[in-house]
Amino acid sequence: MDKVDLSESKFNKMENNQIDQIEDMDTEVVPSMWPEDIDSEKPYNVEKPGGDQDMLEEVTIVEEPSIIDFRRLIELTSYTDKGSSQLAYLVKQWEYQQVTAVRLLREELDILSQQRQEVELKKLEILEKFRFEEEGYGGDKRPISILDEVIDIYQDLPRRKKDFITPNKKVEIDAEYDTVAYWKQRAIHLEKLLEASIQREQSLIEKLQESVKNLERQSSPVEELSQILKRADNFLHFILQNAPVVMGHQDKELRYRFIYNHFPSLQGEDILGKTDMEIFTGAGVKESQDFKREVLEKGLPAKREITFETELFGLKTFLIYVEPVFSKSGETIGINYMGMDVTDQVRKREKMAKLREEIAVQKAKETELNKTIHITEETMRAKQMLATMSHEIRSPLSGVVSMAEILSTTNLDREQRQLLNVMISSGDLVLQLINDILDLSKVESGVMKLEATKFHPREVVKHVLQTAAASLQKILILEGRISDDVPIEVIGDVLRIRQILTNLISNAIKFTHEGKVGINLYVVPDPCFGKAEGNHQKSSVGRSTTNVSKEDKCTLASQTNNDQNGSHTPRQNHSLDDEPRTPARNENTMEGDKQEDQLPETVVWLCCDVYDTGIGIPENALPTLFKKYMQVSADHARKYGGTGLGLAICKQLVELMGGRLTVSSRVNCGSTFTFVSPYKVSPMCDSSDDADELSECSREADARPKTSEPKGSSQAQEKSEISSQCTTGNSPQVQTSKLQPKILLVEDNKINVMVTRSMMKQLGHSMDVVNNGVEAVRAVQCNCYDLILMDVCMPVMDGLQATRLIRSFEATGSWDAAIKAGIELCLPSSNSLQDTQGSMPSTKRTPIIAMTANSLSESAEECYANGMDSFISKPVTFQKIKECFEQYFP
Amino acid sequence: MDVIVQLQRQIVDFTASLYREGYVDDQFTQLQKLQDESSPDFVMEVASLFFVDCEKLVNNMARALELQAVDFKQVDSHVHQLKGSSSSVGAARIKNACIAFRTYCESQDREGCLRCLQLVNHEYAQLKIKLQTLFRLEQQIVAAGGTIPVLQ
Repeated sequence: MDKVDLSESKFNKMENNQIDQIEDMDTEVVPSMWPEDIDSEKPYNVEKPGGDQDMLEEVTIVEEPSIIDFRRLIELTSYTDKGSSQLAYLVKQWEYQQVTAVRLLREELDILSQQRQEVELKKLEILEKFRFEEEGYGGDKRPISILDEVIDIYQDLPRRKKDFITPNKKVEIDAEYDTVAYWKQRAIHLEKLLEASIQREQSLIEKLQESVKNLERQSSPVEELSQILKRADNFLHFILQNAPVVMGHQDKELRYRFIYNHFPSLQGEDILGKTDMEIFTGAGVKESQDFKREVLEKGLPAKREITFETELFGLKTFLIYVEPVFSKSGETIGINYMGMDVTDQVRKREKMAKLREEIAVQKAKETELNKTIHITEETMRAKQMLATMSHEIRSPLSGVVSMAEILSTTNLDREQRQLLNVMISSGDLVLQLINDILDLSKVESGVMKLEATKFHPREVVKHVLQTAAASLQKILILEGRISDDVPIEVIGDVLRIRQILTNLISNAIKFTHEGKVGINLYVVPDPCFGKAEGNHQKSSVGRSTTNVSKEDKCTLASQTNNDQNGSHTPRQNHSLDDEPRTPARNENTMEGDKQEDQLPETVVWLCCDVYDTGIGIPENALPTLFKKYMQVSADHARKYGGTGLGLAICKQLVELMGGRLTVSSRVNCGSTFTFVSPYKVSPMCDSSDDADELSECSREADARPKTSEPKGSSQAQEKSEISSQCTTGNSPQVQTSKLQPKILLVEDNKINVMVTRSMMKQLGHSMDVVNNGVEAVRAVQCNCYDLILMDVCMPVMDGLQATRLIRSFEATGSWDAAIKAGIELCLPSSNSLQDTQGSMPSTKRTPIIAMTANSLSESAEECYANGMDSFISKPVTFQKIKECFEQYFP
Repeated sequence: MDVIVQLQRQIVDFTASLYREGYVDDQFTQLQKLQDESSPDFVMEVASLFFVDCEKLVNNMARALELQAVDFKQVDSHVHQLKGSSSSVGAARIKNACIAFRTYCESQDREGCLRCLQLVNHEYAQLKIKLQTLFRLEQQIVAAGGTIPVLQ
């Protein structure tokens, strides 16, 4: 009985141990620990009696509650395959643990039963020994043994054993010791033993049950699983909560059943149970919904990038992964959805794509450009070549023409004169054609540079009309009208403007047999194709009220401007002006002008109509009118001649100036060519006080041609008369408009010098005069001239050699050739010929104009060959000098 | 007043005759245009300079042609000078004489040259008288307070 107690206490101990372990397991799950403990209990179970099978059965029963737990878990997670498989995995693990435990228990039981068998064997041995002893001692020992038995428990066991095992022997014993007392005692004793055994068995069963209970409690799979799940959950949270990822599960109807990391402003109830369409509105929502539906239908996972533009979170791109979820029976019951915000990446990617595209485009452009450059270079070269050729042709041709002209002044018979006239006119035509080609190729090859000089539009119109009148060979009325608001002085390329006007006018005259030809010049508001609107209008309106001292202002303003430009001021201003001025007044206006000078330059758009009452242009010819080498018809070409280049050049020039040339025409009624182009207007100089003067002049101009006759001699007379009248009338304008060029006259004849100087003076120019080629070279060395008038025949050194030397200097930058020719060069400062302007000589090509006396020794060809640019035949006249000036100082 | 008008008519007629008879040409008109308030005696100044120059050149030419071996080049250059001057002032007759003169120089025709020299001398003298008359008339008009009429 003591033994039983002992074992009981040991069981208790075991129990405590297990409880401890369970407590441990709560904190840290170490299920593998406890089987070891069971092993350690082995020694206590050594004397465990039979009935093991029952215990095993009970252990298997333990699984029963865990199945119930499974069901709960399954409910907890989802109905999905995956969920259940995961669970199954967990359960499997748990089961495995349990199986291990069971196995261990079973092993233990085996050991126990083995031990019991051993013990039984030992007992048998002992009993046999005991029997031998019984036989040896006889019945003497019996009473002692009974007593002993009563006291000594240890003795009980063998007896009981003996009792167990000796039912057969009993017969023998019965036969030998058949006493009642003995049997009684023995029965009692056995009964006691049985009782103890039953008791022990009972307690063991209790222990076992308790242990099973503990087992149950300790290894509840729910707890364990939820632990695991919790930790997994924590881990996932830890990783995912800051990730730009949204995850969710949507059911068959695409209603959210679960969402993780949803948009913060949305609450759970805003999302759960709703579809995308119900939550958001905007671009991309439908697409995503459709995409999900597609996945749902196909049952295959897919990825897609969808750009959302919703009110909720603006423009964002999500990479969405949608995976269908199948039930155990294999039908889709929903989708798992995972979205990642890739807006930045997409933006970058798009940027990259765009950049790549741009680069590609750029490259394409580059190659295109290279091609174009190549072609352009070729074209340029061709055009440059054309220009050069034209120039080269022009020089000898002008030799031919001028020689013919010289020839025409000699005595010729009628037939010779006729031939010569044809020759001259043909030569002129070719010259004109070459000039046109040259201009055209210049414009097209981009060599044409527009000059920006001040000029008086009125003057230009007047002059163009005068020139036209001078060469008029039929009876026409020439008109010029200039509206009052046209500024007196504007800035532009006067040479080109004059060229355009002359071209248009001569065209008009050519195609007009009777009636009139005229120019209207007026200010227009800024047309759409240009810029700087309205400025000038405001200014002209503002100024039109202050007409009083405008002429003063004008001339003085140009004077101050000239000062700024660092060139000569027109010294003859006062003496040549019609009305005298007091110095005080000048000073005042000067001050005013200086202030005005700071105003920005405004742009004025001038429109110039050149109209005629000629044959007009048929409508179908209008589109090709401005094309090169195009004439209205071959008939016209035959009848009127011309190259068909004039209008093309005009158009190109006008466009080069930023303007536009248009035409309107009616057959047999006339044509009007209109060109609009912008000019800068110097702020202080404006408007119309010389309008009277000019209108006078234009009246003269249109009155005169009426009476003009087509005869050569009287025409020349006429020309000079017109010019003289106009120039005397308007002389102030002439000098004030231009910068003062520096001019050198090289002439040995004192009378020629005197006359030329006087003419220059009247034109508002002063000049330096030297008397021979050597002096000319020295003068050029010391000073920079804008124009050199060079006599050809001179003592000491003739004009041709001097020109050669000057050209050589311009080409090489050194005067070596001059020194070789024996000219002692002087220092610039010591030269008394030069006046104040100490400008250094520049290597720019100075125009040198030969002054020839039409003699054979001074042939034009020779002049050109020696580097001269053109020539004036002597005697020098106003007209010639003016023409020359217009050519070089437009 | 009558005097002025008369003088003016006279000067117009006289000038017209100068042109008509070819003593002067357009270039002379140019000279007259150059005359203004700043140089009221411009034409006269130029003319006197021309006459001085002319006389000098004529003498030079005469001397050169008197020589045994005539330097026609030298003569030609004098003629060239004279031609230039005469054409500058519009002395048409002298200029024309010079043109002829130069062809003789070129052909080294001494006789022709001498004839031309004579012609030049004659023309020079003629023109001098004519212009002196013209200037006197002008001075008279100015002195009388009138203006010199501009030739149409």
